[in-house]
Formats: sequence, C-alpha cells, structure tokens
Amino acid sequence: MKTAGLLKFLVRGLPVAVVLVVCPFVLPVYWTLILTEILIMGFFAMSFNLLLGYTGLLSFGQAGFFGVGAYCVGLMLTHGGESLFLALAAGTLTAAVASLMIGFLCVRRDEIYFAMITLGFGMMLYTVAHNWIELTGGSDGLPLLTVPPLRLFGLELSLFEPATMYFTVLVVCSAGVFVLWRVVHSPFGLMLTAMRENKERLSFAGADVRRVRLAAFAVAGGLAGLAGGLFALFNTMATPDFLNWSFSARPVLMTILGGSGIFFGPAFGAAVFFGLEQLTTHFTENWMIVLGAILILVVIFFPRGILGTAVHHFRTGRERRP
Amino acid sequence: MENIVVNLLNGLSWGMLLFLISVGLTTVFGVLGVLNFAHGSFFMLGAYLCMQIMHILPGFWSGLILAPLVVAALGAVIEKWLLRRVYGRDITFQLLLTFGILLVLDDAVRIIWGPVYHVVEAPAIFAGVFPLFGNTYPVYRLFLVIIGPVIGIALWAFFRFSRWGRIIRAAASIREMAEGVGIRVPLLFTAVFAFGTWLSALGGALAAPHQSLAPSMGERIIIESFIVVVSGGMGSFPGAFVGALLLGLFESFGTVFLGRVQMAVPYILLAAVLLFRPRGLFGREA
Repeated sequence: MKTAGLLKFLVRGLPVAVVLVVCPFVLPVYWTLILTEILIMGFFAMSFNLLLGYTGLLSFGQAGFFGVGAYCVGLMLTHGGESLFLALAAGTLTAAVASLMIGFLCVRRDEIYFAMITLGFGMMLYTVAHNWIELTGGSDGLPLLTVPPLRLFGLELSLFEPATMYFTVLVVCSAGVFVLWRVVHSPFGLMLTAMRENKERLSFAGADVRRVRLAAFAVAGGLAGLAGGLFALFNTMATPDFLNWSFSARPVLMTILGGSGIFFGPAFGAAVFFGLEQLTTHFTENWMIVLGAILILVVIFFPRGILGTAVHHFRTGRERRP
Repeated sequence: MENIVVNLLNGLSWGMLLFLISVGLTTVFGVLGVLNFAHGSFFMLGAYLCMQIMHILPGFWSGLILAPLVVAALGAVIEKWLLRRVYGRDITFQLLLTFGILLVLDDAVRIIWGPVYHVVEAPAIFAGVFPLFGNTYPVYRLFLVIIGPVIGIALWAFFRFSRWGRIIRAAASIREMAEGVGIRVPLLFTAVFAFGTWLSALGGALAAPHQSLAPSMGERIIIESFIVVVSGGMGSFPGAFVGALLLGLFESFGTVFLGRVQMAVPYILLAAVLLFRPRGLFGREA
C-alpha cells in the first residue's frame, strides 16, 4: 500500500519534475525568476490547502506564519548565520511553534469564526513586523544584504544566480511537497478528511477533534514558514507586507483557482495566477480588475477550480466509457 | 483633560462612520448569511461618487443624497447577478466571490479617479473649526458625532416599527418561516443587499470631507468593520453600535496610552471576543 502510493506519487510527479528541471535551461532568465516565484507561492498555497481542502478549515492568517518564516531566515542571515539550510529549518520550526501557540486558541472555532480569529492573529503578527522597528526594520522591511553561498560537493554557488536560486527552491519545495503528500496519505490524513466531512462523527469515533486540527494547523503553519523563508531569500528582503491579510488572501484564491480537491490544485492555481499576471500586465497595468473578474467567474461557474474541473471531466468521461 | 475630550470626539466621529458601514454589513449577514468583503469598496465608492457629483451639481448635500442611491442600485445588480448564485455554498466561495468584487471595484476606482489623494470640502455650514480648550477642532467631526446617533435611532425605529423592518427581522431569524408566510424572499434579499450598500455608501459620502480619498480607503475600513461586526455579534444591530463605538474609542485613546501597540488593539479585541464570547457581545449563542 505504502509503496503503491509512493509509486503513484513518482509516476505522476516525474513528468512535472522533468519539465521543471529542464525549464531554466531553455527559458530566458526572466521566466526562471517567475517560475521560482510560482514554485514558492504554489508550495505556500499547497500548505494552506492542507487546512482548507483536507481539513475543511478556512484560515485567513497563513501569511502571518509565512512572514514568521521569512523574518526568521532574514534575522539569522543578517546576524551572522552561515548556513542556509539551518536558517530555513529554523524558520520552519519557529513558524510551526508560532502556529502551535496561535492554533491552540484558534482550533476551538469553526467556519467564519475560525476565518476571523485566524485573520486577527495573522494581523497581530503583521503589527509586530510593522512596529517592532529595532528588530524588523519596520515598514522599510529587513534587507538581506548578504546571502551565504550554497556549498555543494566542494562548489560554492551564489544564490544571486537565478538558476541556482531556482534549483534550491525546487529541491526545498519538492521536499516540502513530499512531506505534505505523506501527511495527506497517512492515517492522520484520513482523519483530516473525516473531519472535513463530519467532525461530530469523528469525535464520536473517539478522535480528539481539537488535537487533530491543531496538528494540521502546526504542519500547515510550519510549511508556510518554510515557503516564507524561501521567499525572503528570493526577494533578498522580508517586509511586513508578507504578513498582511491581503497576502493571506493569495493562497486562498490560488487554491480556488486551481481546485481545493486536488493535491496539486493550489500549485496549478499559482501557475495560472502568475501566468495571467504576466500576460495581463503586458497589455494593461490594471491586473487586479482582471484577477477579480476571473475569480468571480471561477467561483460561480467552476467551483472545483480549473484543474479540479478538468480532472473531474476526465474521470467522469472515463467512467462513462464501457 | 484637553487630550481626553479631543480623543473622545475623534473616537466618536470615527466610531459613527464605522457604525454606518458595520450596520449594513451585519444586516446583510443576518439576512443573507454572506459576509461581504466588498462592503468597504461600496463605502469608498460612496465617497468618490459624492465627490464626482459635487463637481456636476452644486453643494455637498446633493452628493450625499445621490451617491448612496447610485451605489445601492449597483448593489442590487450585484446581488441579483452574482451573489444569488452562491447562497448555500461553502463560506469560502462567498468570501472569495465578494473578494473578487472588491478587486474589481477597487481597481475600477483607481482607473476612473487615479491613484492620487482627493480632498472633499465640508459643506459651508459645517466648515471651519471651533475653539476647544485654547485649541481648535473641526466642526464637521462634531456634526458626525451628532448625525451618527440620529441615523442610528432612525434605523432602529425602521427595524422596530416599519413593515419592511419587521419583514427583514423575520427573514433574519427564520428564513423558511418568512417564506412560508408569503414573503418574497428573493426580492427581499435584493432589497436588503441594496439597503446594506446604501448605508455603506452613505457612510462613505459622510466620510468624504472627514478624510482624504484614496483607493486604499475601502481596504482599511473593511477589516475594521469585520472586527466590529464579529465582536458585536454577527447580525446584531445594537452589537454593531456598541462595537463601532468601542473600536473607535479604543483606537483614538490607544494612540495616547499605548503608543505603537495601538495598531494591534483592534485585532486583540477581535481575538479576545472570539475566544471568550464566540458569538459576539450581543450575539445569540448558537
């Protein structure tokens, strides 16, 4: 069973992985940068979807944990940290601890009340990043003036080189996605799905609803922190905007664009988001009005999301055949 | 003493604007069950349209009366064409649909009126300042402090005594029952949503001389009115009043006593209410 699941992951992931590896060699540098951003935000959206798609919880404060990861990486590297991966690990851990503490309070609420309380705590973290000027640099943000080089097989590679950055992000995100895949396909993942479907029934079956939710919240928060750390490296900057509620809305709308019922749906949504942004800003600077219109159309006509609708048609079409 | 009075007036005038926008938000939630992200954009639209109408017709009052009506008509269209399709769906879809409307409206404002700040002059009788403890204070803010409770009482009387007010309250408490006794619920929903947007735009038009207009003014007020509505109790009229005044006063006194922690005060209030009284200060416990 376990190996079959792993095999499925590899078989499905392999073509995507090949394309992703080849991309920076054939695409112009500009598109490598866009692709790096898609990877990071797609991974962020996937970590968010552990809550929305699998557990049935709408969190509007994930940007808070994303930002905790970003500032943690930024602070470690500006205060003499030498290891990239130690910084990223610390960012993940700090975000996980923060989401464990905040989640302990949030998981008591449901639906719109859960969305509002996570919004509140996310914005509290935002005000910390915005106003604790001595530590974070306030609204100017925290610039990462020095990023230590990547030491690999005796080579020293600079992360300011777009391809190096891209592959670092690709490897780290793949590891993170693998963690998500294992979580979703574990007995614990089944409990999350059961919670989404009927939490009373799950609780009658003997599960501690709050503890299961809290665990999911901590995993999602920690991985959001990892994405945030990568984003800080990518931008060589951490700013309070990373923690604002409007940043929390991004993974939500990417997930809905791609489809919350599909494992890779949110990442697909991120690709659609940035692809459309590039396409639109070619013609007009009013990208938000286009995004809003697309969002309205998708919500009304394709509630499964774009990838979700495609997969659904493919599956039902296959079943109809004799 | 001087500080206390000035902050009291600042808090009350901001609280009154918050109340106008929150009461629309809470009524829409109570009846339609939708938490409307675009509500702040209607507030902004009210302010901008008021300014625009003032360029065509003379005087602030024509803008104050006409702008909310135009926005209410837009609200009716949005309810009938868009919102109606997501009732009964998961809240995520309702929030994201209205978030999409927010993106469209905010960008439309940016296209039409540009990203720069605009200033609207207060009407002649409320222009200028009056002396206060050897300092001066704008008359218009005092007007807001007074007009707020007047509108509040008018709304209360409307909900309490008028036929439409009773129908709205009936539909808010038990939708099926209201339908059963012959209320045309789809029409009612359109009317309630238009009413909510009218209130929000009225708040916006009233706010126009009070603050400078910028395309970000909707985003700022929507989060604060979410906080008011949730902490007051979703769907609760007195909750919106008390919540708005509390938040307005907390914010103005926070700048004096709390320094930079002040920015976090609204969110601390929100989290505290949700933790200790999940259904809000005036909400009915589920």
